[in-house]
Amino acid sequence: MSELRKELKEKIIEQLNLEDIAIDEIQDADPLFGEGLGLDSIDALELIVMLDKDYGIKLADPKEGKKIFESVETMATYIAANRSR
Amino acid sequence: MNGKVVYENSSPEFTSFIKAAYKHFETDYSKFFKMDNLSKLAFMAADVLLPKDKTLASNQQNMAIVLSNRAASLDTDRKHQESIDNEDNFYPSPAVFVYTLPNICIGEISIRHKLNSENSFFIFETFNAEYLWEYSKSLLNTQKADEVLCGWVDFDEGEYEAFLYLVSDSGDYLHNETEITRLYLTR
Repeated sequence: MSELRKELKEKIIEQLNLEDIAIDEIQDADPLFGEGLGLDSIDALELIVMLDKDYGIKLADPKEGKKIFESVETMATYIAANRSR
Repeated sequence: MNGKVVYENSSPEFTSFIKAAYKHFETDYSKFFKMDNLSKLAFMAADVLLPKDKTLASNQQNMAIVLSNRAASLDTDRKHQESIDNEDNFYPSPAVFVYTLPNICIGEISIRHKLNSENSFFIFETFNAEYLWEYSKSLLNTQKADEVLCGWVDFDEGEYEAFLYLVSDSGDYLHNETEITRLYLTR
């Protein structure tokens, strides 16, 4: 699970072009949106595409994303339980 | 800027060049790295030209933006096309797709400088001083704007060019087609 969390941090930084942020600056429980990493709505869509492309998870209801993308911790838990890749 | 070199970098590759320029001018705008190449180019060119405090004086709040280029958003359009070419690997990136219009770069400048003003983006085969002159003159004459950020920002397959200038009722240069062309060619 810790490997998955590290992998997610790397993917988030790379795919969302967070140039100014290093992996060790993202704590597992940090909020990804709002006061945390400050991600926006386009980033949320990118994360949905990432779930599909890299882990074979299609979100039927985008509203589900709000809970799943709360933090790296919640993402990792959801991916571990639902991944097909 | 105004005939003076404010930054030099011999890097032939755009990504390195624009990132180095961003750091050189201490730009501090994290959304910059999410932009496509055309927006990065337009954003940095405008950022060098406009006041450093990022909040324009009240008399500059009504600054229209009129930009133009040859390749529209073709460079980003191609990236989007590549992501949807293969039905078995069909993962279009929302972050790329939002830049598949050339006038998005005007939006980036407007957000940065808090402008809610008139704006237009034109596509020409080559730099068209006459059209930009007429259009910006019309904006000023009809009081649609007090000032116009005008110019050419083009990016296509690694080749890029930016030329921006400000038009107002008073300034250091005459505003006419000949002078605009002369400034464009002075590089």
